[in-house]
Amino acid sequence: MFNGLTLGALLVLVAMGLTIIFGALGVVNFAHGALYALGAYAGLVAYEYTGSFAAAMAAGAAFLLAVGIVIERGLIRLYYERPAEDQILATFGVAIVLVEGLRAIFGGLARNIPAPSWAAGIVNLRVTLYPTYRIDVLAIVGVSLVALYFILYRTRLGLIVRAGIEDQLMVNILGINVTRTFLTVFGLGAMAAGFAGVINAPIVTVSPDMGADVLVQSFVVIVIGGVGSFWGAVVGGLIAGEILSLVAMIEPAYSQVALFATMALVLILRPQGLFGVEGRQ
Amino acid sequence: MAQRTKNSVSRRRVLQGAAAAAGTLPFIHVPGSFAAEEAIGNFPAGVKAHSIFVGVTAPLTGPYSADGEDHLKGYQLAIEHLNEGTGLAEHIPTLKGKKGVLGKKIEYKYGDTQTQPNPAVQIQTGFITQDKAIMITGSLNSAVAIALEKLAQRYKVLNMVGCSGANETTGVDCQRYAFRSQPSAYMAAKALAPVLGKEIGKNKKSIYLVPDYAYGHSVEKSTGEFTEKKLGWKSLGSQVCPLGTTDYSSYLLNIANSGADVFVNVAFGADAVASCKQAKQFGILDKMKMVVPNISAFQGKELGPEIMGGVYGTMDFWWTLAETNPLAKVFVDTFNARFKYRPSWPAHVGYSQMMVWADAVTRAKTFNPLKVIAELEAGHKLQMPLGEVWYRKEDHQQVRAVPVVVGKTKAEMRNEDDFFKIVGLTPGPEVMPPDFLGCKMPSA
Repeated sequence: MFNGLTLGALLVLVAMGLTIIFGALGVVNFAHGALYALGAYAGLVAYEYTGSFAAAMAAGAAFLLAVGIVIERGLIRLYYERPAEDQILATFGVAIVLVEGLRAIFGGLARNIPAPSWAAGIVNLRVTLYPTYRIDVLAIVGVSLVALYFILYRTRLGLIVRAGIEDQLMVNILGINVTRTFLTVFGLGAMAAGFAGVINAPIVTVSPDMGADVLVQSFVVIVIGGVGSFWGAVVGGLIAGEILSLVAMIEPAYSQVALFATMALVLILRPQGLFGVEGRQ
Repeated sequence: MAQRTKNSVSRRRVLQGAAAAAGTLPFIHVPGSFAAEEAIGNFPAGVKAHSIFVGVTAPLTGPYSADGEDHLKGYQLAIEHLNEGTGLAEHIPTLKGKKGVLGKKIEYKYGDTQTQPNPAVQIQTGFITQDKAIMITGSLNSAVAIALEKLAQRYKVLNMVGCSGANETTGVDCQRYAFRSQPSAYMAAKALAPVLGKEIGKNKKSIYLVPDYAYGHSVEKSTGEFTEKKLGWKSLGSQVCPLGTTDYSSYLLNIANSGADVFVNVAFGADAVASCKQAKQFGILDKMKMVVPNISAFQGKELGPEIMGGVYGTMDFWWTLAETNPLAKVFVDTFNARFKYRPSWPAHVGYSQMMVWADAVTRAKTFNPLKVIAELEAGHKLQMPLGEVWYRKEDHQQVRAVPVVVGKTKAEMRNEDDFFKIVGLTPGPEVMPPDFLGCKMPSA
């Protein structure tokens, strides 16, 4: 049960970047997994130079913010008005370029960012031993989600984003630069993916393909929670984490099956997802 | 299917022509050699004036990509050595002093299987139909290996199987056109069990982490069988997980709380790295002994001696064999000179399969797959980096020694690649399955 919570927290963090970009811009970002991997490698480089995990977190987030801005200006900007299939193809292409770029620079061998010293070791939770880092991750995820929530829902930027989705022309007429806002949002989404990559790095292994699995998981999470919804991603991630770990306690071979079965069930009973709004896009 | 449009002459015309030819030229003699060397698969179409083509596949993306790169380098080196008559080719009597195989230069292309059967089959189908491959080879996963075995059987093209540890590869899925060199799960488990009995003890409780495909289930079954029968170990069950899992926490929690003495980790490649690392984080490695029945190519390098020190397992080959076997030294030294690191075992599989094939072709004096198969099935013993190796006729499994290894601690390491110590080199004949594991060899 508790493991479901920490597993879920990691899933929420990973899915958040995907849902922000889709919710605000309507872009299906298939490069999400690649951005996640890129973030982990940026963190790895920073860690190897400084030996500090905090520096790795900062580097992963900052580098991906920059990368997100470049990708938005250079490519995504041209795709807002085009059908979803075009967006999928373009972002999928970006993903291939990024992943193969990582492989060319760093090679295929798995690399490692160790857990920071303040989170190394094991805690005895009476019922079981548990890695300290995974518990600390709960706090890290909590803080970063609160920060994101405030940016998106309690600032002028968030207001413009949400207004821009409803009626871009009107917002433009009011003299607000929507283009720049969209740029910021894409940057934020990429940053969230990169940050998730660094946070996951001490748990999983850092390799060019590390994002492949993540892309699928993120989609499952946001489909359950409701595509584009902030709270949907949070609840979807926690539900997915609990399903994975509770089913694994009973019959490990069926935990993944159970997750996808749940997703199918949600799609049948409530196609817009638990927190989704009907009829958008 | 494409052949139909190629020749637009109708059957009727052909029959008429044949009848006319028979009538006017009744005394032309059909040369005997033509009838004897009947076309089969890509033979003789794939034998060009100066070259033949070999199709190579390896996973360059996906969870086994690090192992796949090593595998591919083994093929590259072997093909260079065969074409130039250097390396091990200088030490194999049939190949000594020759360039190429039967005087033909080996040309090759390689493709990325993505660690999945479908792309692998697509790529090799292209090599067979477009490039007229005379032999196909290369895989790092039993699902891929078995799919390619079936492909080879269908197209009647020889397949010197790459890396594959499942019993099925030379068991229920064995094929006349396919030959596997890596030890099966059965052979690995039989070689490993006595060492585990000596080092870990008898009557232990074990628990398994098993990737959900042919290889995982094979290894679990065979390791369970030998540790139970020979050592009185008791399995507390298995945690079955999908190939490519990144977070093993839910499985590892069950393992941590199972009360087992021994954790048998069957995960492979990047999955092995992630699961071992997380097992350490969950404190499993502090209270249980870890056994990895088939250790991945770079598991030592990627996890380091802190995690792999004291871990028991088997490998197809480990480079310190070069200290005792002069042919292993030739392979390890030439590889190290060419690629700047000591080869891991997927490179050895690729390298040795090419050499064994070249030797068989040279002895058969033809690329005709039927004759090469007969030559391989004849069980001719060849001196290789593992000592004497030969193929068994009944199931096409190579009879070869199985190295049993233990991970070194940091203090024991002598250089940057020195992660394992060979604690046993079990002779091939001692570990072969007597019942051929359900292989019913199809005809050619």
